Amino acid sequence: MTGYILKRLISAIPVLFGITVIVFLIMAMIPGDPATAILGSYATPENVEKLNRDLGLDQPLVARYFIWLGNMLQGDFGRSFALNRPVLDEVLDRFSATLILAGTSFVLCAVFGIAAGVVSAARQYGFADKAITFAVLLGISIPSFFLGMMMILIFAVNLKWLPVSGMYAIYGGGDLPDLFWHLLMPALALAVVATGVVARLSRSAMLEVLRQDFIRTARAKGVNERRVVWRHALKAAMVSIIPVLGIQAGFVLSGAVYIEMVFQWPGVGRMLVDAILKRDILLVQGGVVFVAACYVLFNIAVDVAQSLLDPRIKT
Amino acid sequence: MKKFFQLLIRNRLAAAGGVALSIVVLLALLTPILPLQEPNVTNTANRFVKPFSEGHLLGTDHLGRDMLSRLLWGTRLSLAVGFAAAIFAAFFGAAIGIVAGYFGGRTDNIIMRGVDMLMAFPYILLALAIVAALGPGLVNALIAVAAVNVPFFARNIRGVTVGIAHKEFVDAARLAGLSNTRIILTEILPNVIPVIVIAMSTTIGWMILETAGLSFLGLGSQPPQADLGSMLGEARSALITNPHTSVVPGVMILIIVMGINLLGDGVRDALDPRLRSGALTRPMAATVVERESQPPAAHAEGVLTMTDLETQFHVGERVYKAVNKVSLNVAPGECLGVIGESGSGKSVTALSVMGLVASPPGVIVGGSVRYKDAELIGMKYGRLRELRGDRVAYIFQDPLATLHPLYKVGDQLVEAIQVHHKVGRAEAWKRAVDLLKQVRIPNAESRAESYPHEMSGGMRQRVGIAMSLANDPDVIIADEPTTALDVTVQAQILSLLNDLRRERGLAIIFITHDFGVVAQLCDRVAVMYAGRIVEEGPTQAVLDAPAHPYTKRLIACVPELGEGRRRLEAIPGLPPAVDRLDPGCAFAPRCLKKEAACVTREIELARVGGRAVRCLYPETDLKEAAE
Repeated sequence: MTGYILKRLISAIPVLFGITVIVFLIMAMIPGDPATAILGSYATPENVEKLNRDLGLDQPLVARYFIWLGNMLQGDFGRSFALNRPVLDEVLDRFSATLILAGTSFVLCAVFGIAAGVVSAARQYGFADKAITFAVLLGISIPSFFLGMMMILIFAVNLKWLPVSGMYAIYGGGDLPDLFWHLLMPALALAVVATGVVARLSRSAMLEVLRQDFIRTARAKGVNERRVVWRHALKAAMVSIIPVLGIQAGFVLSGAVYIEMVFQWPGVGRMLVDAILKRDILLVQGGVVFVAACYVLFNIAVDVAQSLLDPRIKT
Repeated sequence: MKKFFQLLIRNRLAAAGGVALSIVVLLALLTPILPLQEPNVTNTANRFVKPFSEGHLLGTDHLGRDMLSRLLWGTRLSLAVGFAAAIFAAFFGAAIGIVAGYFGGRTDNIIMRGVDMLMAFPYILLALAIVAALGPGLVNALIAVAAVNVPFFARNIRGVTVGIAHKEFVDAARLAGLSNTRIILTEILPNVIPVIVIAMSTTIGWMILETAGLSFLGLGSQPPQADLGSMLGEARSALITNPHTSVVPGVMILIIVMGINLLGDGVRDALDPRLRSGALTRPMAATVVERESQPPAAHAEGVLTMTDLETQFHVGERVYKAVNKVSLNVAPGECLGVIGESGSGKSVTALSVMGLVASPPGVIVGGSVRYKDAELIGMKYGRLRELRGDRVAYIFQDPLATLHPLYKVGDQLVEAIQVHHKVGRAEAWKRAVDLLKQVRIPNAESRAESYPHEMSGGMRQRVGIAMSLANDPDVIIADEPTTALDVTVQAQILSLLNDLRRERGLAIIFITHDFGVVAQLCDRVAVMYAGRIVEEGPTQAVLDAPAHPYTKRLIACVPELGEGRRRLEAIPGLPPAVDRLDPGCAFAPRCLKKEAACVTREIELARVGGRAVRCLYPETDLKEAAE
């Protein structure tokens, strides 16, 4: 198993490398002179030239890439000029908030999505199936940012059950229960679409598995139906559900940006949007590379989970 | 095509989605000629007018602009942008996918590596990066959303193209000297277009959502121009005081995306042939029983007795009579062979006993199956489940498919024991290993730790047999257990079953299509054809002097070792479909002795002593044979 994990980690290196190339090339597409873009059209030529030198922009493209990459490998993601602080510090601060939000949403979407899919398949064409199918359809059709706004309106403004926004109460907050109450709405709003997708796929994966011969064998053994569905069928269905969970992890991680805007959550998505509007290129570059790299590593964890589940995968 | 639309219309949800979507699209198209107020004319004196007010059906926003007008113009923009993004993504994605799939080799490798790399990004993050580079703006948002969807199209289309690129008609075109460009345009593209359209229909909803999302973040359409996303974004600051400015565009996005999703699902369902035949339904815990009359009295003694068993498959309007009034019985220590071609109903008969026929579409409509004194047909599920595997156990064909692929064989045996006996895991594991030893699996202790895919076919079949023995049942129903095995392994398995039957007094019902196997193992044999028993009797008597022409021909199919002089005969023709059986003998169309009387009325199964035949002109007169 250790060997397999190591092998997957090594195979991730070219992917991580490719990610930095893609991000760098996208940023290099910025039309015109980045320094002018940063300083505005009233900047003096001396200032522009100085900034270009500071940013290493007077070098050719390839050299610039390797300088950037080399610095990143040493933990130096550059300096955000808008915030005047190291990019990595800012990204790490913000990423922890995103991780709490997206992580919670991911757990919610996995648990409820799979459960809904299994119940739906086991009661195919029954009332539960129809209700779940309709809820799923609604869930995958509603924009998360609109859902979040409506939740604020209902649960925070009208019912006053939950705080409107933010991660902690401004006065006297900061403990775990405080975080929990602030987290509830954004995590749910973010999880809804992913839950729908997972439920849909789980349903069809379960239907596919429940027709297999080994399910008939379990029934012929006298295994009760609940165990047939939740153990025999679900375990086999997980083989096709787990990769989708990996995709949904990427979805909640990046889709968090909308929820962070709606709920004023101090996460990396909001940071990126601010950085884009301020043309804080290094912060955008660093943030995107960091989040994408985390996602690649998470997908390795998904592969490992898959190999633990399925003995047929060669490790 | 007509059928496709019928299916689509019959799907009421899809139709509703289609109607809602058509209305929205129509409104969006008509927006410029509708008598609307100017969408961008501000009137700050009239800020936040509530909906349903005079002159402003949906009220006004924070700058006093008419919401209805802005909504329709915004919808128009959102639809156009989403559609354009889908077209762009489909065009570039398909181009990349076709090139990669058609040329293959290194081109394919390099392109797909790049595609994989792009797919390693969380989707929205990549769109944000692109917008960051190009700068905020609706066109840039469109480009970003289209670009992040290109890999999805490329991968899908490549897969399809690879499948087509080596078909005969493409090779023919190549041999005819057509250029690659022409082959792609005239041979490949027409075959790929349906896939492109389906992929578009499933992603266009996403693209509308994503562009709206970018606009919502302030990275898409810039004021005063507004699509639905930026309307929501602008309304956010007034969410608490004037929620209608948020609700109006939000609900519109919901309607559009939901309409697209409903319609898309309907289209997919209508196109997917698997759904059409109803094959994607999952079988229920036990076969449905719809028996109108009282169960008939048992026709004979035995530990397991079937009397006039009728099992059908109901598929749409069609009724397949898979098992048509079958009566069989088996005594303790006896082995009954049930033989027939594929589709003769022998497996369905076997599965009907414990309610294991997949339902839907299977329905048991009549007859009785008695285990000792208990009627199994129509028995409560809880009781039936207790008997399954405990008193009546099954051995199935092809144990690679019938054993759970993700559990160790030892655990599968342990489960079989623990379902019916309250024993601890360690004790059950010991018994499981014992069972493996009983079926002569070498190194049983370590083999119990194996997964099914790690074993050979013969070993797996032994595991299947061990599992059926787990609770010392009275009856074992073996459904072609040796069909997937080679001859030497088959002989071993048969002698194993024979020993077990002798030692334990098991009753075995052995389903097979091979008379050679029947001769080795079975005391009695029943021959099935088109859902009916056509002949029954002691194995040796039937083999020596078959009475039914079908039996005789079936025996002639078995090659004889060392003889070689007899002609091996296949039976021309196929068994009939059991959904429209003509009256009379179902074998008549393939029978050499067919007379007019054979197909005019039902022919009874005539019993004489231990033998029975369903034929007007039997090969052997049973009365004479009996004397």
